[in-house]
Amino acid sequence: MTTTTDTPAIAATGLRKSYGDKTVLDGIDLHVPEGTVFALLGPNGAGKTTAVKILSTLITADAGAIRVAGHDPATHADAVRAAIGVTGQFSAVDNLITGEENMLLMADLHHLPRREGRRATAELLARFDLTDAAARPAATYSGGMRRRLDIAMTLVGSPRIIFLDEPTTGLDPRSRHNMWQIIRELLTDGVTVFLTTQYLEEADELADRIAVLHGGRIAAHGTAAELKRLVPGGHVRLRFEDPGAYERAAGALRETVRDDQALTLQIPSDGTQRELRAILDWLDAADVHADTLTVHTPDLDDVFFALTATPEHSENPEKSGKSANFDKSEETVR
Amino acid sequence: MSTLSLAVRDSSTMLRRNLLHARRYPSMTLNLLLTPVMLLLLFVYVFGDTMSAGLGGGTPDRDVYIAYVVPGLLLMTIGSTTIGTAVSVATDMTEGIVARFRTMAIHRGSVIIGHVLGSVLQCIASVVFVGAIAVAIGFRSTDATVLEWLAAFGLLVLFSLALTWLAVGMGLVSPNAEGASNNAMPLILLPLLSSAFVPLDAMPGWFRPVAEYQPFTPAIETLRGLLLGTEIGHDGWLALAWCLGLVVLGYLWSRATFNRDPR
Repeated sequence: MTTTTDTPAIAATGLRKSYGDKTVLDGIDLHVPEGTVFALLGPNGAGKTTAVKILSTLITADAGAIRVAGHDPATHADAVRAAIGVTGQFSAVDNLITGEENMLLMADLHHLPRREGRRATAELLARFDLTDAAARPAATYSGGMRRRLDIAMTLVGSPRIIFLDEPTTGLDPRSRHNMWQIIRELLTDGVTVFLTTQYLEEADELADRIAVLHGGRIAAHGTAAELKRLVPGGHVRLRFEDPGAYERAAGALRETVRDDQALTLQIPSDGTQRELRAILDWLDAADVHADTLTVHTPDLDDVFFALTATPEHSENPEKSGKSANFDKSEETVR
Repeated sequence: MSTLSLAVRDSSTMLRRNLLHARRYPSMTLNLLLTPVMLLLLFVYVFGDTMSAGLGGGTPDRDVYIAYVVPGLLLMTIGSTTIGTAVSVATDMTEGIVARFRTMAIHRGSVIIGHVLGSVLQCIASVVFVGAIAVAIGFRSTDATVLEWLAAFGLLVLFSLALTWLAVGMGLVSPNAEGASNNAMPLILLPLLSSAFVPLDAMPGWFRPVAEYQPFTPAIETLRGLLLGTEIGHDGWLALAWCLGLVVLGYLWSRATFNRDPR
């Protein structure tokens, strides 16, 4: 939308794929400018991996016009393959051989001269903190190490477009943050990153643009900020232990959203210090004493849940929508 | 880089990978060698007298039976080794690394060709190993000329290639290692239904055509003829036809299966 002059690294329109009568991708459009990070966000089974498989020439689409690095994966698969590097959802390392042998295998397949292959191997192993483990079979690596080896292997041959299919799924928090750092460093080399994730935080942290994939369609796309604007603004939430106090407060305050079951009141707020102070003053003036007060700013979780709520879930308002993930996105003030 | 030199280069890289696997994990290869070696020792030292009495018209002579049974066991060794090929292909296909290979600008068939070449080399090594044991317990070629030795070696290589392509196809259609090992069972069962252990005329009449025209028997008879001077007759052509047929069939089957969209 904003970039029309750049040649897109990846462009797809009307991408479709179905297995039997199960439609996995129901006509999606993607546009990823060069040198940016694009996140395809969606719950399990949304079709993220299928999209990556099609764009990375692993499987063919049923319909749609696709260009990856300017080439059609269906007719010029090798031209696409020469430009891309893929780290799949399940580790794509050879577990029977050592980390170093894995790297040299990649160097050989990229037809690097022996000396250059050794140099690239040593350099990447050092960069991904795998030098000490280089002589051990990959089967003995931890999940985080295997992912690092996986990405290191993807980087041999310096691909211009890198696909990362759920690069942090199954990693512990420290490894996840390491992985984010690695992905950020990729960008300084000017490569394009196509990332899939089911973690909104991850997309928010890394991606320039995000598309939310749900039920085989793009439910929304834009920058993280643009997406956040799609859902109602933030609010302050007051929770009461005592039903009497709750009723008194509800009577005294206007412009609130009541939740009689949970004994909570929501007051619209943008979460700035100034507005928060005004609300606190107002509560004091009305003699309202809530047991807890939490500030909620809209984040991608809200967008995600709002966009991907399936009908059967939204029957129960308590379990659906943004209320499902309050604990994570709120900061308790008192 | 031309298609051919790309194919050669990538295939040899993949071959190196497979040989590395075989060297690093020799246990499977050795396990598979156990069957032919045990059968060799069993049939020679335990059943040898009885078998040779049946063979030679009454007088037990173990050496006669060694000579009879070794060609069949050499070919059985090939069948046994290629079961390992089916298993390692099936295992490989379930690993993410092959998905990675498919997204790289390499020669498409190199993964498979690497397996095929690796398997043939392993077959030859296995045949040499079992052959050495056979020689150690008394097997001697009676009258083979240099040309016949070469032909025998060529037959073993061609037979290895044929069973390997078949095994690769079996490995590709199997969902996992267990499935591959089951699917490849005929490769070690067929020699039991051939002229490897007893001559065809010692078998019941209705069964004889089955044993006579399956791939192992013509190859066994040809090898026997080359090493021991028995009559080869039409078995030479039959063996050649079987080998070439299986190579073509296995190749087409494997190619079609590998080129399908992965599961």
